[in-house]
Amino acid sequence: MDILVCLKRVPLAGGTLILTPDSRDIETKHLGFGISPHEENAVEAGVQLVEQMGGTLTLLTLGPSDAEEQLRSQLAIGATRAVLIETDGQEWDPQGTAAALIDAINAEETKFDLIIFGAESADSAGYQIHIRVAHALNRPIITNVKSMKVENGVAVCDRVVAAGREHYEVALPAIVTVRDGLNIPRYPSVPGRMQARKKPVDMKKAEPRVPKLEKVNLALAPSKAKGAEVLGNGADAVPALVEVLKKIGAF
Amino acid sequence: MILVLIDHDRGELDQLSLRALTAARKLGQDVEAIVISKEGAALAGIVGEYGAKVLHVATHANLTDYTPMASGRALKDLVEKLKPAAVLAAGSPRGNEQLAHLAAFLDLPMAAECSEITLGSPHHVLRARWAGNLIESANVHSDLLIASVLAFSTEPESVNGGAASVSEFEPSLQPSDYAVKVLSRDAGESKGGVTLVDAKVIVSGGRGVGGPDGFGQIEELANLLGGTVGCSRVVTSSGWRPHAEQVGQTGTKVAPDLYIAAGISGAMQHIAGMKNSKTIVVINTDPEAPILSYADYAIIGDLHQVIPALTSAIREAKG
Repeated sequence: MDILVCLKRVPLAGGTLILTPDSRDIETKHLGFGISPHEENAVEAGVQLVEQMGGTLTLLTLGPSDAEEQLRSQLAIGATRAVLIETDGQEWDPQGTAAALIDAINAEETKFDLIIFGAESADSAGYQIHIRVAHALNRPIITNVKSMKVENGVAVCDRVVAAGREHYEVALPAIVTVRDGLNIPRYPSVPGRMQARKKPVDMKKAEPRVPKLEKVNLALAPSKAKGAEVLGNGADAVPALVEVLKKIGAF
Repeated sequence: MILVLIDHDRGELDQLSLRALTAARKLGQDVEAIVISKEGAALAGIVGEYGAKVLHVATHANLTDYTPMASGRALKDLVEKLKPAAVLAAGSPRGNEQLAHLAAFLDLPMAAECSEITLGSPHHVLRARWAGNLIESANVHSDLLIASVLAFSTEPESVNGGAASVSEFEPSLQPSDYAVKVLSRDAGESKGGVTLVDAKVIVSGGRGVGGPDGFGQIEELANLLGGTVGCSRVVTSSGWRPHAEQVGQTGTKVAPDLYIAAGISGAMQHIAGMKNSKTIVVINTDPEAPILSYADYAIIGDLHQVIPALTSAIREAKG
């Protein structure tokens, strides 16, 4: 079984975000980089499937050449090879990104049985690239998957909704997007890291398009932080809290 | 005219859709609504009350449960017929997904999670990024604006309108549109009763609860207040509680009347999921925990003492 996992390099922002002077990006001078949280689950799912069924796991990303760092760290988890579509360093809009991914996937010799995305990127969260890829490749897509098995060429997936679980089944080749909670991503082993250095990373170029969803600038969201009124310490403060709950009509 | 996708789960209205309808009405044009599948026709009353003049009902033998690609096709058919200025939906996982299928069918841009929309040429939006910590100002270069409305950014406002007139149509579905559909459901991890999204009161536990057994007292308090149990990501990752109860950016985003956070320090991704709650009460041993700056009231102390005391005090006060 041949699997492709799509990743995105994102800054590992802590509690506070700082913008660049032109307000177009996050200031990343003092930040490390990783991938979006759900994507770690996507890679782990791919590694597990290849361990069970054999085959290959390819990683694909679009980003600056530095994104090789993220590809190598995921190759260390157990992926076979990686493809990096190098940009001009600018952020591309969702349609431009999807088009470049589609071209890269079509250019591959391997016809992937399963393509896995994270449910949403940590930074831009546009909720659409995976669906555009599915349409272009004419493949079915199941999103927000929280458990997945592959049996006899069929992906059996559950998604968690407010009222419980929904079951889906779809014949491969297919696309799924996965959520945190699907599995527990493993840490790379030392031999894994060593091997990852030698695994192939194909570098490609793609031309940017004029964005149709055109970022003008970014602003920090007004903080809702207001500071709590401290009612007291320990169980002694309970009567004060009961008064508050009465006042707001909680009971 | 603005077309709004009203999402529903087998006839049960998604409340966020009423907010999207209100946001649409504020754009100053006529508003019409679309529901997918016959069961949605029963929503004509409420949709009219919130300002839609017409409710378009996509009916088809294969539209029996959630089929997002088929929704996209139905939206496309209606958009091509009615030529609205914009198509909006709630910024929920389902709202975003169905709109993305529309955008992919038409090869047009889509702006997700918008807190402000201005129609024009180009259209302009403010949209949430980084779990709502950043706001992007963006131009959308397309005649038709496809946008989802950020959850909780608009309060739903009734206009006391009469029921929308129902107009049924059959979308030109192809088998591939409903290749992915819900085959079965189970109550699974949910205990039934109040879901997180609909709950008026949520009592959430975090790492400070200490283990699965500690959630008995959280459940007791939640039941007493007619609410439901939530938790932070570390709790579900540790397997103490089911993922369906996780509040946050990677779980469920909520905005109840009362949110009690016990033993939760307040990671950015948790705050993103609960900061719109009307009243936030924090019970935490650490007076410096980040969640305190988002709370209205706090008790500094061990939840294992505070919660049982609170539960018995409420029982007593209730009589």
